[in-house]
Amino acid sequence: MSISAVPQSGFAEAGADLELVGITKRFPGFTAIEDLDLRIPAGSFFALLGPSGCGKTTTLRLIAGLEEPTAGRILIGGKDVTATKAFQRPVNTVFQSYALFPHMTIIENVAFGLKRRKMANADALAHEALRLVELDHVSSRKPSQLSGGQQQRVALARAIVNRPALLLLDEPLGALDLKLRRQMQIELKGIQDTVGLTFLHVTHDQEEAMTMADTVAVMNKGVIEQMGAPQELYELPRTAFVATFLGQSNIMSGQVVSATGSSMVVDVAGNRVEVPRDRASRHSGEVAIGVRPEKVTLHATEPARDSGRNMVGPGRITDVSFSGVSTQYEVSSPVFGLFTVFAQNTSISRMHRDGDQVWMTWDVGHTFGLADEPSELPAHRFDDDTDTSMIATQRREQLEAELEGA
Amino acid sequence: MAFGAFATATTAAEPVARRKSPIALLLLLPGLLYLGLFFLVPLFSLVITSLQQPDPVLFGQFENAFRWENYVTVLEQYWPQTIRAFGFAALATLFALLIGFPLAYFVGITLRRWPLLQALALVLVIAPFFISFLLRTIAWKQLFSDEGPIVGFLQALAILPGDAAITGSAFAVVFGLTYNFIPFMTLPIYTSLERLDLRYVEAGGDLYASPRSTFFRVTLPLAAPGIMSGTLLTFIPAAGDYVNASREFLGSTDTAMIGNVIEANFLVLQNFPAAAALSLVLMAAILILVSAYVKRSGTEDLL
Repeated sequence: MSISAVPQSGFAEAGADLELVGITKRFPGFTAIEDLDLRIPAGSFFALLGPSGCGKTTTLRLIAGLEEPTAGRILIGGKDVTATKAFQRPVNTVFQSYALFPHMTIIENVAFGLKRRKMANADALAHEALRLVELDHVSSRKPSQLSGGQQQRVALARAIVNRPALLLLDEPLGALDLKLRRQMQIELKGIQDTVGLTFLHVTHDQEEAMTMADTVAVMNKGVIEQMGAPQELYELPRTAFVATFLGQSNIMSGQVVSATGSSMVVDVAGNRVEVPRDRASRHSGEVAIGVRPEKVTLHATEPARDSGRNMVGPGRITDVSFSGVSTQYEVSSPVFGLFTVFAQNTSISRMHRDGDQVWMTWDVGHTFGLADEPSELPAHRFDDDTDTSMIATQRREQLEAELEGA
Repeated sequence: MAFGAFATATTAAEPVARRKSPIALLLLLPGLLYLGLFFLVPLFSLVITSLQQPDPVLFGQFENAFRWENYVTVLEQYWPQTIRAFGFAALATLFALLIGFPLAYFVGITLRRWPLLQALALVLVIAPFFISFLLRTIAWKQLFSDEGPIVGFLQALAILPGDAAITGSAFAVVFGLTYNFIPFMTLPIYTSLERLDLRYVEAGGDLYASPRSTFFRVTLPLAAPGIMSGTLLTFIPAAGDYVNASREFLGSTDTAMIGNVIEANFLVLQNFPAAAALSLVLMAAILILVSAYVKRSGTEDLL
C-alpha cells in the first residue's frame, strides 16, 4: 500500500514548482484569462476556485498543454515549457470526465503513460498504483464495468503512476455523489501527502477547495481575486466576490466617520460599525465592509453598548430555516438591508421566530473591509452561470448584432 | 442490412431477460413474413435448383435430383473468377478504406467546429447516390476510354504506351468498385468518428503519447466499429458485384468476377443449376470469410 515502492519516473523534476508569467488567453471575441501571474511551490496542494466561466479550466488546459496561451510563459521546475506540446510536458491530468480509454482494460489504461515513455516495468508499476487506490482486483476489467467512484480512482492512478512534476485535477469529484465525494477528498489528500507531488486542483466547490488545499486562489473573470490559506481567505476576504463566493457574507456600506491608528468607524445607516484598520483595504470615504453570518449573535432586546462589539439593529426576522446543527435567520431592515445570521443550536436557548424584532452584534475583530467600491458591489451572489464556450458564443452574438446594427 | 448492428454491439449489452410481450411478436411479424417469403423460400429454391440435372428428354429443361457434382463442376470451371472476385473485392475494400477513413475523419472530426460545413460535407459524401451508379460507372467508362482524356493525358506524359487501354483492365474494375463503394465505407466510419469523444485524444496526449501514437492507440481502435461495418458493407456487395467487371462497363472477359459468371449462366447460358451452385458457393464463401473477420476483430477491438 506504500507509494515508496513506486520508484521515481524518468522525470527528474518530480514535484516541481509551477510558474505562470503574464499568461493571457483570448478566444475569438472574449478574453478568458487576463495577464495571470501565479507561482505554485513544489509539493503543495493548490486549489483554483471559481465559478463556471471564470477561466480556471482554461488555466489548467494551458498548463497541461491542451491550449496555447495568447501571451505569457509557463515554467515547470524553472524550465520554460510554453512552446512544448502536451505529450512532452511532465504533467498529468485527472479529467473531469475521467476520459478512461473505453477499449482498454484498467491495467492497460494505467500503464498507458509508462509504456509511451518506454518504462521497462510498466505493468508492475501500474499494479502498484492500482493497489494504492485499492483497485488492483479489477485490473483486467474495462472502464465501463466500474462504478463512477472506481473510475475516478483509476483516473487518479493513471495520472500519479507517471509521477508527474505536476498533477492537474479538473473538478475530478464533480460527478460523484456527496458521500463518495467526501470520501474521495480525504483519500486524495492522503495520496498527495504520501506521494508528495504538486497538485493543482480546479474546482467550483468552495468546500472542496477549503478542505483539501494548502493554498486557495479565488478566480473571477480571468483574474485571481485573492490567494492564501483557506482559513485566511475565509476570515479575511479582500473583495466582495471572495466574501460571497467563499462562504456567505453580510456586506454593508457606509462612510468612514473616524479613523485612529488601529481602527476606523463606519457609519452604516446610523449604526457605528468599527473595523480594525489592518482588516480593511480602504480607509476613507465610502467603503464596503462585511461580517460572516456565523459570527453574528441575535438579541431579542437591545443589548448594552460594548466597545469590543459592533451592533446593528433593530431589524425584523423574515425567514427562519432550521437545519439541525444550526438555524439560519434572515433579518431585514429598511435601513441596512438584508442580514443573514447562523446560530448554532448549542443551548436550549429560545429560538427566534419569524417576525420577531432583533438586534445583531458581533466581535469587532470579525469585521472585514473590502477593496471594492461600494457602488460596484455585485447584486447577485453568483456571476452568470455560464461556461467559457457559452460566454464566447454570447460575445460573438453580441458582436455580430453590433456589426449588423452598424 | 443488419451490419449496423456491429457498430452498436460495443455498448455493453444488457442480457436482461425481458418479459415477452405479444405486441413485440406482432410487430416482428411483418419482418419475419418478409424474410420468410423473400429470403428463405428463394434460398430453398436455389438449393434445389443447384442440385438439378438436365432433363433427359427435353433439351434446356432441368429436373429435380441430387447432383452434388454440379458444385465440383462449377468450381473446376470457374475458380479463377471466384478467386478474382474476392481478390478484387479485397483490393477495393482496402482502397475504399484508405480513401474513406481520411474523408470520414475530416468530416467527423476536423469539421466538428463548423456544423454547417460538416452537414454540407456529409451531403457531398452522399451526393453520388443522387445519380444512378450505372450512369456514373458508364461515365467512368467514357473517361477511361481509349480516346478519352485520361488515357490521352497519360500517353502524352509517356506514362502509358500508345496502344494501352484502361477499360477492360483489372485496374479499371478495382477502380470502379472502389469508387462505387467509398460512401458505404465512409458513412459508418464517419458515424464512429463523429461521436468520438475528443477528450480521449487529449488524454492520450496528456499521457505522453505523440499525435501519431495517439492516433493508432486511441482514435483508430475507437473507430473500429465503424471500420468494421464499412469494410463489411463494401466487401460483401463488391465480391458479388457484376456491373463494374462486365464488358458493358469497366471490365472485359479477362476481368470477369463470380457475379458475371452467375449472370451469364442464369441469363445467357440458361444453365440454372450451375448458376445456383455458384450463387451458393459465393454465399458460403462470404459467410465464412465474414464470420472469421467478425470473430477476430470482434473479440479484440470491439469490446
